[in-house]
Amino acid sequence: MLEVDIRKKLGHFQLDVAFSAPADQVTGILGASGCGKSLTLKCIAGIERPDEGRITLDGQVLFDSAQRVDLTPQRRQVGYLFQNYALFPNMTVEQNIAVGIRDRRGRRETLERLIRAFRLEGNQKKYPRQLSGGQQQRVALARILASRPRALLLDEPFSALDSGLRRQMELELAERLEEFGGAVLFVTHSREEVCHLCREVCVLHQGRSHPKVPTEELFRAPATLAACQLAGWENISPLRVLPSGEVEAEAWGITLPLAGQMGEDITHLGLKAAALRPAEPEEPGAFSARVERVFPEERGTLAVLSPPRGKLYLRLPPGVEVAPGQEMFLAAPSEAVRLLRRG
Amino acid sequence: MDWYPLFNSLRIAAISTAVIFFLGIFAAYYVAKLPRLVKGVLDVVLTLPLVLPPTVVGYFLLRLLGPKRVLGMWFLEVLDTRLTMVWYSAIFASAVVAFPLMYRTARGAFESFDTTLAYAGRTLGKSNTWIFWRVMMPCCKQGIIAGTVLSFARALGEYGATAMIAGYTPGRTATISTTVYQLWRTGNDEEAMKWVLVNLAISTVVLLAVNMLERRDRAPRRSAAAPEGGSA
Repeated sequence: MLEVDIRKKLGHFQLDVAFSAPADQVTGILGASGCGKSLTLKCIAGIERPDEGRITLDGQVLFDSAQRVDLTPQRRQVGYLFQNYALFPNMTVEQNIAVGIRDRRGRRETLERLIRAFRLEGNQKKYPRQLSGGQQQRVALARILASRPRALLLDEPFSALDSGLRRQMELELAERLEEFGGAVLFVTHSREEVCHLCREVCVLHQGRSHPKVPTEELFRAPATLAACQLAGWENISPLRVLPSGEVEAEAWGITLPLAGQMGEDITHLGLKAAALRPAEPEEPGAFSARVERVFPEERGTLAVLSPPRGKLYLRLPPGVEVAPGQEMFLAAPSEAVRLLRRG
Repeated sequence: MDWYPLFNSLRIAAISTAVIFFLGIFAAYYVAKLPRLVKGVLDVVLTLPLVLPPTVVGYFLLRLLGPKRVLGMWFLEVLDTRLTMVWYSAIFASAVVAFPLMYRTARGAFESFDTTLAYAGRTLGKSNTWIFWRVMMPCCKQGIIAGTVLSFARALGEYGATAMIAGYTPGRTATISTTVYQLWRTGNDEEAMKWVLVNLAISTVVLLAVNMLERRDRAPRRSAAAPEGGSA
């Protein structure tokens, strides 16, 4: 179990994160670029020093500003997979992996075992620049596992790969992480990767961490504006409560039925493109919009609509056709309208 | 032809380059880590000898090492050693004048060094010394060699500060550059020309070496986008 509760000020940027990552599972940290994801990992690894707070791993204190504990990166035994893999360019594959091996005894055997396990046979004498992106990632991971870390930090491990290769490497990584057994922290800005690899996820927005939620819940029922954007909900609007008890979506100039408890801190609403549906004109809550553009998708189509104001996205299942220029009536089921807190 | 000036010049340049090599790398490594303000100030101080007229450097050196000055007097009284007007006096001059070249090229190389490599080494349990010698230095090799060669060339060509602190004594403190001046001053044009040619030859070789090093540094590396052939 990795427990983190730290604060750090860097110029105008304020990092304030608190979460825990249980052993034997992958915990995601999802955030836009510049939200402090990498800084958080660096603090855990001991490369950056938080201003205050506490970091513990399996009960051992790695950092505690109150107790004045601050272990060096060398003594933390936390593996860090960098975005660019950080392989030493002056060393071969073999030499790179050997750097991680701490025990002198059995060095050769460990090395050979890792080369086999990571399918790097035949590449031992090659230099990192002679390898493909996928192979480089394997070498980096082999080198980290050679150092027997107690936790793993993965910093956007797929960002340097071609998109075609990503899914394949995701599956491969998922398998290896299952064997690892310790806590794994997976940092990314990609919701697909979180969806594929992480059981729980913690949204990080402008340096602040939100409470951790199961991954499925983040996509089904995001609680904040930032979470909703990161979860990829297409339609988000500021809202205003009307005396009738309905809410007005200000970005689109339409009123929607209200479901759920309206709180003080609710500022926006979210509506999935797939939750919106064509309706009859006389249906309560129906509103009209004009189809602007239609984009074919893998399954069905995505239509861009003009409600009275702004733009609205509608995802249609295969077989339902709309044409640009067409006027249509739409309705949003009240349970599909998600109320969002700022943050 | 008396080859003493060539021998003396090479000896002075070699010794001062050896000293500068370590001092320059040391300074570059630590200055790169300092907070910005201190870094700015130190950077100016360490680079000054590059832009100051060598005579100004010579003046400062004489103020420091002259037989009636603090350091010079101490060496004379305690160690019975003169620091000026002997062959090794020129080492002080050429070392000070050439130091900024080593320092600046090494610092440039260190600054372009990918710090995540150092971070990776630390998280893998390697000491900072190990990372410096086994990763940082090999990665910055090209820049450091180029800096060394440039400093050697500058040390070899040093005239102004050398003339002030070592003077010109044939067969003792004479270097190539002071010899050229002396020969020309005394109207020995033919001999002066010979030394000019020697100097030109050495400088050309040195610059060729630097260019070759830089070209090798920029040579395209095999693309990292090689097909994912080894994946299966």
